[in-house]
Amino acid sequence: MKLRSAMGALTALGMVMTSSAFADGHGDGTLGSVMKNGSVQCGVSQGLPGFSNKDDAGNWTGIDVDFCRGVAAAVFGDSNAVKFTPLSAKERFTALSSGEVDILSRNTTWTMTRDTQLGLNFAGVNYYDGQGMMVPSSLGVTAATELDGASICTNTGTTTELNITDFFRSNNMSFELVAFEKADEVVAAYDSGRCDVYTTDKSGIAAQRLKLADPAAHTILPETISKEPLGPVVRQGDDQWFNIVRWTLNCMINAEEMGVDSNNVSGMMSSDNPGIKRLLGTEGTFGENLGISNGWCANIIEQVGNYGQTYEANVGASTPLKLARDGSVNALWTSGGLMYAPPIR
Amino acid sequence: MAYHSEPERDGGNEGGLAALIYDPKARGLLFQTILLLAVIGFFAWILDNTVSNLAAQNKKSGFGFLEESSGFQILTTLGTYLIESRPGVATYFDIFWIGVVNTLAVSIVGIIFATILGFAIGIFRLSSNIILRGFATVYVELLRNIPLLLQILFFYIVVLRILPGKRDEGFTLLNGAFGLNIEGLFAPYPAVREGAGTVLLAFLGACVLVWIIGWLAKKRQEATGKQFPTFWVGLALIIGIPLAVFYAVGEPINLEYPRFINPGDELPNGRTASKLQSGYDIEQGGLVVVPEFLALLLALSLYTASFIAEIVRAGILAVAGGQTEASKALGMSNGQNLRLVVIPQALRVIIPPLTSQYLNLTKNSSLAVAIAYPDIVSVFAGTALNQVGQEIEMIFMMMMVYLVISLVTSAFMNWFNDRMRLVER
Repeated sequence: MKLRSAMGALTALGMVMTSSAFADGHGDGTLGSVMKNGSVQCGVSQGLPGFSNKDDAGNWTGIDVDFCRGVAAAVFGDSNAVKFTPLSAKERFTALSSGEVDILSRNTTWTMTRDTQLGLNFAGVNYYDGQGMMVPSSLGVTAATELDGASICTNTGTTTELNITDFFRSNNMSFELVAFEKADEVVAAYDSGRCDVYTTDKSGIAAQRLKLADPAAHTILPETISKEPLGPVVRQGDDQWFNIVRWTLNCMINAEEMGVDSNNVSGMMSSDNPGIKRLLGTEGTFGENLGISNGWCANIIEQVGNYGQTYEANVGASTPLKLARDGSVNALWTSGGLMYAPPIR
Repeated sequence: MAYHSEPERDGGNEGGLAALIYDPKARGLLFQTILLLAVIGFFAWILDNTVSNLAAQNKKSGFGFLEESSGFQILTTLGTYLIESRPGVATYFDIFWIGVVNTLAVSIVGIIFATILGFAIGIFRLSSNIILRGFATVYVELLRNIPLLLQILFFYIVVLRILPGKRDEGFTLLNGAFGLNIEGLFAPYPAVREGAGTVLLAFLGACVLVWIIGWLAKKRQEATGKQFPTFWVGLALIIGIPLAVFYAVGEPINLEYPRFINPGDELPNGRTASKLQSGYDIEQGGLVVVPEFLALLLALSLYTASFIAEIVRAGILAVAGGQTEASKALGMSNGQNLRLVVIPQALRVIIPPLTSQYLNLTKNSSLAVAIAYPDIVSVFAGTALNQVGQEIEMIFMMMMVYLVISLVTSAFMNWFNDRMRLVER
């Protein structure tokens, strides 16, 4: 834990100090080094069901994992050409800026500080989240404003620490914050009764709740106290790689909107619809303009699926997380949600 | 070309150059200059790379961030009692100092506990009592062979699982003056009023006085052989004088006792306490020592004590048996033998490795990050680093903190070692 993060920080220090300047060292930027390695280095969480988590067979699964597979499909035409590096909340940005990973797809909130001060770029939003709170039902609390004097367990190195502090300060309530390095220890401490409240992003609460001794004995409070647009992050200063990552996301959202999914994509290849033709690369040179093959988006859809498919498979109503998409902000804009991608043309 | 023609030159010049090459002093100077230039060049290269890489990553640099205010709350610990910690008011520099104070707090208390326990276990290992000896052996072999991180996590989970919940008064002592539940150890808070400085002055004055008495008593014993009960007189003075002053200036230090709130009790703001608000309320008096600190302290002290015990055992065994026999022949009791003959000589062997253990304990305290104790690694190189993102400056500051603490500890222990060395007359 401590060792990991210290090592991460030191590795970053070492790399910053000794590697030659980034622009020189990577030849043709990140895409060049990814091509040379033969795989995309993807930073994910240390285990958040639905987003990035290892299944019983040891394979990474989750909506963030699928996104990285999508990038690999776009670049190599092979969604398995990706290596996952589990990172703690604390070490994730250091790992990205030091070059240890090429994309950070780790339920990371897009904030202005991160965008402007850390040398990072957010490529888009793949899940609109918000911070929530969970309490033991036995406390009889029904609203977040009844939490004056509560002790709260959360993770270090996240926006949740700042949001919860803001929320209690603006409501003039006192609280005690117990911040742990790893999500598992937060859950263990909350489960043992150290804290009255467990706070993190709502999707995270839904996921971590499954790890509690008695999930049914805990209530998620109705309030959402923050905006947490989660999305993939890349290093600043490499526009080509940034574009590839951003358009991977746009491809998946556009595909859903046009009704193209992994099951019908091969049939769609002969479609006459000009929008679908551009999407699947049978018309135009959109892939070449990104520096990859024209069939990039077809590969993503075929091997990973469209946005809606990855949502339903990982976090949707039929999964243990039971995060219903209909009527939520994560629905497509055509169904009243916020998922909206610029057109491919 | 010119190089090849060199040996053909006249003998005088060649002899001068050869003499220079074969002169060990000149040759040494040459190689040392080359080495120095290489080292300087290496560091210049590192510095240049760092600066250009940071520029390439579009990252801020410099120490300006220390002035910015932080937006997060820190767990109530010694650091937050001593230093401004309100979110939005406290700067990152305050956060840094809170981390330093917390690291120092757990290190210093840990060192004291580990030393006392380590000495006791070390002496038990040499005891003729088989139960004591067996216990000490099991203790040492068990604790020093389990990784410290596991022990910290173990104690933390155990502490949390054993202690009563926060709605429970838990274990209480002295009619509620002390309470212990899952939220921590609650104790009276010494609220200071005007005049408390005089009590502190009286305490310092008493210490100086005792030191003078000790010095005089030693001189008198050397001159006349008469002994003086310095210890008991000193103890009486150090407790008595500040106590007398304390009452004389009108009790300037008030003990505020922790208050336990039951659901339905009235709060200071006039409302009644909800179920959630029940429990000890430190805003109404008393102080809290959080379980994170207790678990870390327990693990660090017990772990380091097992090493100190072995050092103490080695130190005592290093004193030749003839010394004990000689002191017995002089009619000394067992206690006198241990106190006046064996321990002073054993200390010479004990102190140098003991210093290493103290340094280890301090550095091991950085494992606090695993159990949410806000030490410097957790709060400054963790939470703050994540908000600010300037790894180089912040890790550098953190390394400097450990370096300074370690150097001060070493300096003190070297001074102590010097005092303890064998004085030959």
